[in-house]
Amino acid sequence: MKPDKIDELYFSDVNEPISLDRRDFLKKLGGGIIVVFCLGKLSLLDGWGQNKSDDALNFNAYIRVKEDGRINCYTGKIEMGQGIITSLAQVVADELGVPIDIVDMVMGDTKLCPYDAGTWGSLTTRFADPVLRAAAAEAREILFDLASTKLGVSEASLKLDNGVIYDAENPSNKATYAELTKGKKIVKNLEKKPDIKKAAEFKLIGKPIISTDAIAKVTGTAMYSGDIKLPGMVYATVVRPKIVGSKKLSVNASQLESFSGVELINDGDLVAVVHSDPEISLKAAKKVKVTWDAPEQKMDNETIFKYLEENISDNNTFQEGGSLEEGNTTSKSVLKAQYQDGYKAHAPMETHAATCYFEDDKLTIWTSTQTPFGTQDQLAKALEIPKENVHVKQIFLGGGFGGKIYNQQAIEATIIAKSCKKPVQLVWSRREEFMYDKFRPAAVMNVTSGVDENGKLNLWEFDIYCAGTRGTKLFYDVPNNRTRMFNERNIHPFGTGAWRAPGNNSTTFARESHIDVTAFKAGIDPLEFRLKNLKSDNMVAALKLGAETFGWNRKKKEGHGFGIALGEDAGTSVVMIAEVHVDKKTGIVTPIKVVCSQDMGQVVNPNGAAVQTEGGITMGLGYALYEEVMFNGGSVKSRNFSNYTITKFSNTPEIECVFIDKMDSKPQGGGEPAIICVGGAIANAVFDACGARVPRMPITPERILKALDNT
Amino acid sequence: MKQSISFKLNSKNVTVEVQGDESLLTVIRTYLDETGTKYGCGLGDCGACTVLVDNEVTRSCMTVIEDVADKEVITIEGIGTSEELHPIQEAFVKTDALQCGFCTPGMIMNAYGLLLKNPNPNRNEIITAMEANLCRCGSYGRIIEAIEKASKQLSKTL
Repeated sequence: MKPDKIDELYFSDVNEPISLDRRDFLKKLGGGIIVVFCLGKLSLLDGWGQNKSDDALNFNAYIRVKEDGRINCYTGKIEMGQGIITSLAQVVADELGVPIDIVDMVMGDTKLCPYDAGTWGSLTTRFADPVLRAAAAEAREILFDLASTKLGVSEASLKLDNGVIYDAENPSNKATYAELTKGKKIVKNLEKKPDIKKAAEFKLIGKPIISTDAIAKVTGTAMYSGDIKLPGMVYATVVRPKIVGSKKLSVNASQLESFSGVELINDGDLVAVVHSDPEISLKAAKKVKVTWDAPEQKMDNETIFKYLEENISDNNTFQEGGSLEEGNTTSKSVLKAQYQDGYKAHAPMETHAATCYFEDDKLTIWTSTQTPFGTQDQLAKALEIPKENVHVKQIFLGGGFGGKIYNQQAIEATIIAKSCKKPVQLVWSRREEFMYDKFRPAAVMNVTSGVDENGKLNLWEFDIYCAGTRGTKLFYDVPNNRTRMFNERNIHPFGTGAWRAPGNNSTTFARESHIDVTAFKAGIDPLEFRLKNLKSDNMVAALKLGAETFGWNRKKKEGHGFGIALGEDAGTSVVMIAEVHVDKKTGIVTPIKVVCSQDMGQVVNPNGAAVQTEGGITMGLGYALYEEVMFNGGSVKSRNFSNYTITKFSNTPEIECVFIDKMDSKPQGGGEPAIICVGGAIANAVFDACGARVPRMPITPERILKALDNT
Repeated sequence: MKQSISFKLNSKNVTVEVQGDESLLTVIRTYLDETGTKYGCGLGDCGACTVLVDNEVTRSCMTVIEDVADKEVITIEGIGTSEELHPIQEAFVKTDALQCGFCTPGMIMNAYGLLLKNPNPNRNEIITAMEANLCRCGSYGRIIEAIEKASKQLSKTL
């Protein structure tokens, strides 16, 4: 799938599995029991029904019980810190009745794994997980069938314990998975929904499991794309313009002569040098003088909001109900406000990296990507070679957050490798990372709300610029409403794209800020106001749990404030309640405590879900309080962590995560949802603490002081 | 002009032929193939490259190799192995104090340096010592907890 297409999907709610394509794996596989499962269109939502036209080669998840009894689980998803290497193994192990440590996860390898559109949208646990569970359950049924024949006992009398099937009457009559699988090759395409375990039978699902990759990561043995070293490899440094979007006019490489062994690559707008020593490559690149034609600088980080509003008229109505006119005339009070959110960088700790080599016209690459199969397509196209000749290998990612779906570094590395005919490693500098980040877009939200004399919402008009509609389906009951989305491609001065729960961070901040503004005007407590106006039972239950956990009615210390924000993302209902301290003299905000209550359906790994939630909150405090890309047109002034501040140790509050207990239901998203509520909860807590309503993120001390001056 | 520079890396004597102004990070990652130490920013702003030089917490990306001559460097590879984890590594695992893992070696080395100097740091001392190490995944809370656990474990074994 093309990055553009992913972007488009990413900014809206994705509630079905992504399409598949036909691939031929089975011939290459060794022995054992192999269960393939086609994630056909809507198969899961339709209760696991299969598309009749599917055949054994059309699938996108599979499990193999090997002849040594170990389990291989193949998935096109990748591990970037979100913990699916653990949670997917966990569900497979539970269904197969084996310990988790005998499950080996093979992830994101385009040769070994079935096609997958990409790891984004908090889709893995929602869609890959049920499929793998079903495949594992099917493998278990096959093993029981084999055991019944081998042990001469009916299946009904067989029991399973830790990968051993035995006769319940005579436990010494038993067979291990390894014994049952030896010398066999059984390939089965799942055609009907097998009996998957019920919550009461779970041994691993729902239990807190520590990340299975933790030991590799604490010992420094976990491999990332920049850790691969190939014989004869050279290190590439790309010569960059100062302004994003510049076109190359001319190259003067005369000063390269003083470096022996340096090679220049000059291909279209890509200018780079390579050398077997990365330090020499870096020094040499500085000596290459490129003249660039830079695009006009039309706006900066202050004027951008007006620019977006004035220059985008294209819009479509996402939802509508009642009549805005009616809402305007019948509301007791009508409140209008504009909310703004600046550009944010993904800033993963690992910059974009790729290591690759050619063998004839066959390419092998390790690259930090959330879309290995997308990378395969992009590279085949860029290099004009067949897709089958591109092999993207499994590798850990040092963070992704939606920023690693575009694969520019992979394209650059392979063009360089093709040109210099040597294995190449390209690791972007932090400066490059900040230029080509595909930032979370700046956004403007215009909101008009109306409330009747009983404190019931009567009007909600929501115009969204550049933040999409993901998560904006109204869960408040408002008879007169309209939500419009204004967007235009290429309006931004540099690349923008998907950033952890795209758009939903900006729109949730705007909606939840304005809900508090409206409640304040109506003279109603923010918790009570929400309970009065919510229409979603799931949200009400999560809000009650959150408020109770937080202790909403407890006494506040001097200078402290509490704030609530609600949101929906990836099928999960999120409630966040924050406590902050605001120093009224300096405007400095100290996050004290954050409670997050979520209804995410079945929680597969409560430990992993808590880690993701804590991570989302911690990262989210950055966009709420500190992060803003400074720029003038395509000249990005935020170049490193010294002038792009993210959350640090000292800003991390006490965090408590609670989940609604729904073990028999379908799992929902976990990687993204929690982060969407941080901005709104902080904005509302800041207001509660000091009376400053800051309608623009990040909520900086200067903006707080300015808001205080205006009150 | 290349020169020979010798130093101790994880208890082994090593010698490299270098100009002298190469970063310690390049030397350990590229010339000596110890890739556990990571490049995060190249300016000492993130801590992913943290190692110990003569038991002092050091940003290897900002240290030129000349300044390391005859000194002792300890990296993540030098404090424990998968079979025998150092108590700090073990505490990180047990607390699940990591996500993508890219900042983890730097975090552990900074914690290692802290506990060498101050075996029983309080929460604020941990935060102050660790403050300049960044984790984008947001595992700070668990990292503090892991360091507290490791500190307790280490004082028990002493």
